[in-house]
Amino acid sequence: MNARIIFLAVVAIFLGSGAAIAQEYPPSGAPAAWSPPIDDSRTYTFVQVDRSELRFGKGDPRYLLDSQGWIGTDANKLWVKAEAEAEGQFGAGRGLEQAEVQGLYSRMVTSFFDFQAGIRQDVGPGPSPTYAVIGLQGLAPYWFEVDSALFLSDDGDLTARVEVEYDLLFTQRLIGQPRLEVNLAAQDVPKLGIGAGLSTLELGFRLRYEFRREVAPYIGVSWEQALGDTADFRRAAGERASVTSFLVGIRLWF
Amino acid sequence: MISRRQVLGSASAGAALLALEGLLPAWARGGPGVWPPADPRSGAHEFDLEIARTPIMVDGRRGSAVTLNGGVPGPIMRFREGETVTIRVRNRLDEPSSIHWHGILLPFEMDGVPGVSFPGIPPGETFTYRYPVRQSGTYWYHSHTGLQEQLGQYGPMIIDPAEPDPFAYDREHVIVLSDWMFANPYRVLAKLKKQSDYLNYQQRTLGDFFRDVSAKGFAATWKDRLAWGRMRMSPADIADVTGHIYTYLLNGQGPQGNWTALFKPGERVRLRIINAATMSYFNFRIPGLPMTVVQADGQNVKPVTVDEMQIAVAETYDVIVTPDEDRAFTIFAESMDRSGYARGTLAPRPGMSAPVTALRPPPRRTMIDMGMDMGGMKMGGMKMDGMKMDGMKMDSGAMAGPGPIVARHSPDHHGPGAVGIAEVQRNRLGEPGTGLEDVGHRVLVYTDLKALVPYNQRAPQREVELHLTGNMERYMWSFDGKKFSEVKSPIPFHYGERLRLILVNDTMMEHPIHLHGMWMELENGHGNYLPRKHTISVKPAERLSLLITADAPGRWAFHCHLLLHMDMGMFRVVEVTPYEGELS
Repeated sequence: MNARIIFLAVVAIFLGSGAAIAQEYPPSGAPAAWSPPIDDSRTYTFVQVDRSELRFGKGDPRYLLDSQGWIGTDANKLWVKAEAEAEGQFGAGRGLEQAEVQGLYSRMVTSFFDFQAGIRQDVGPGPSPTYAVIGLQGLAPYWFEVDSALFLSDDGDLTARVEVEYDLLFTQRLIGQPRLEVNLAAQDVPKLGIGAGLSTLELGFRLRYEFRREVAPYIGVSWEQALGDTADFRRAAGERASVTSFLVGIRLWF
Repeated sequence: MISRRQVLGSASAGAALLALEGLLPAWARGGPGVWPPADPRSGAHEFDLEIARTPIMVDGRRGSAVTLNGGVPGPIMRFREGETVTIRVRNRLDEPSSIHWHGILLPFEMDGVPGVSFPGIPPGETFTYRYPVRQSGTYWYHSHTGLQEQLGQYGPMIIDPAEPDPFAYDREHVIVLSDWMFANPYRVLAKLKKQSDYLNYQQRTLGDFFRDVSAKGFAATWKDRLAWGRMRMSPADIADVTGHIYTYLLNGQGPQGNWTALFKPGERVRLRIINAATMSYFNFRIPGLPMTVVQADGQNVKPVTVDEMQIAVAETYDVIVTPDEDRAFTIFAESMDRSGYARGTLAPRPGMSAPVTALRPPPRRTMIDMGMDMGGMKMGGMKMDGMKMDGMKMDSGAMAGPGPIVARHSPDHHGPGAVGIAEVQRNRLGEPGTGLEDVGHRVLVYTDLKALVPYNQRAPQREVELHLTGNMERYMWSFDGKKFSEVKSPIPFHYGERLRLILVNDTMMEHPIHLHGMWMELENGHGNYLPRKHTISVKPAERLSLLITADAPGRWAFHCHLLLHMDMGMFRVVEVTPYEGELS
């Protein structure tokens, strides 16, 4: 038994030292056993709560959480995106209305854009489909932050979403952010209240103050309009097709 | 001409004067962070350096530094040309470390780059450097491990010449400029990876938009904003790490510390200026005192008198000033983005100070920096077109404007690691540097540098072209669009060959490019008198060339000396391999 361990150890040392002698780290040509001179491929972690806000309009205030984060390198990242909306007087009402979570593999494809693919799971009191997701996320010309995705549900329904944000600097710390969100559908999905074509359009403007880059409370206004069949579905469910809200929230990242 | 003994004599006389007057500045009264730190000399040709974590005080605030012999900067390493020095470097950190001798010609095993020339110095161990000193002048040394340099691990190095210097002076002072942060540099780097303008609080705002509209008209302003927006680049992108987080140091002292150098009126004072900052170019001047540059990167140059100079990271300049008046002068080193400054005083007596110059407004990048094709427009046409760039101020007529177009970019855009390319590449060696185009006084330019004696005059046998590339948005930095870890082999140089290295800056920032182990002779139009450089600042959209004699076998680091750019991949290894050709 002992002899075998010693034998294996000797073999391991022999192989290990052989590898160290034979191998070079290609970029430097130096022995592979030496640590590389720099580490340009570190893994970083990013967590952002882009929108955490109370939305005041007609009826009870609603709470929206829109957060995302990634872990990875320059070229390859794992993204998680989560969005949840709750209705009621500070959580005392009907509670969670709808929520979704996406898990995406993200690959740098151009200087400014990543291609993303993965799954989306909806959760909430209503139907909770699972989707396959592909998308593009990045910075478009003229400084527009763009997050766009196609969703194919387990029922075969195809929908799409495009979110565009822009930062307008009033001062170095007081920043206005217009935001556009468009939802599209290839077909009616009555059980989800989605109509074909341009289903919803949301325009918002948030004014944040960056106490630190990472910590920025904001106020804002948002206008959401359901269109076409989506509007009809909403009216049929006793909801409004057009909602204007005043927002109070905080943006965080680390 | 004066001998070294006289120089040292006058220096120690200065120290005696200080002690006599009992007016030692705060830094000299003991306690943490004293500079200069303990004398490293332990024998005739032997030196001891100790790397350790030490608390230091910067402008009244306590920080934790990586020190050399207890100080930031480390002690003056003073050698003499012709001696063989032995330097024992003990690493008392709990992580590996290293010391690299910047600009020094030596056997590559002694160059001190972990992972290239040696394995590094493990915690608790001592590495003994031993090499013959084959040059003279002002240099410096620093850690080449991780981001330790940002934490204070650097120091000045002076090599006294075997023959007297070809210029005269009565007294000398070392001026080490650097940038200090109290934060953990790895955390700061992680922030930049997530938001690359995280530390830039000098960006263009809506207010600037309206100011520009009233100055230039709506159409011109809108066109300018669209041009920058289309490229997703910011004209305010001057420095990645700024005075928002940095305290700029002069010999380890913050602006409040007011490090003071003494002189007697009428003396010729040699200042050995070293930019040991990790990420900060400095605009250096002493208001009221013209400076005569006598050495650049430790090498003699034909003396040239200027009022200001932009010193790239890792460059050194030796200047002689002759203060005739019995008054104090402010030594002012403004960071290139003008978010802060390092400051000291040149005074006839301790305890004096002169008014501190105000920071000038932050400079802006221009379409020239972007390497944009201006469509052959004349300067006047640009002005009329409203495309006159901020910071160029061409209407004043005081400045000649950008250098001539010398080349255009190939169709290769270097992939996603590079944003934009220098479509139009210019010779910018005659330009004074970002923000100094129109300051109304003499500013040093690279074409001023002319070697005092001719160096190697062999014609190059081969050309190597490298492009400096980056993606500011993702905070990626590279050569030819590839990070160091992405390349498959070192850059081969053949031993003995003479080659021309062409550098093209495809980014919109300056990069101080440093070659270890061999001189680079800058082709700046001075024929047989090209100046030698160990670090060359390549301006945005600039194309320049350097002549190199590959006379040093081994593996040598070649990189951008902005520490974070190097660490993010703007790094290569040059391997000088055996060659059968002609040697010189």
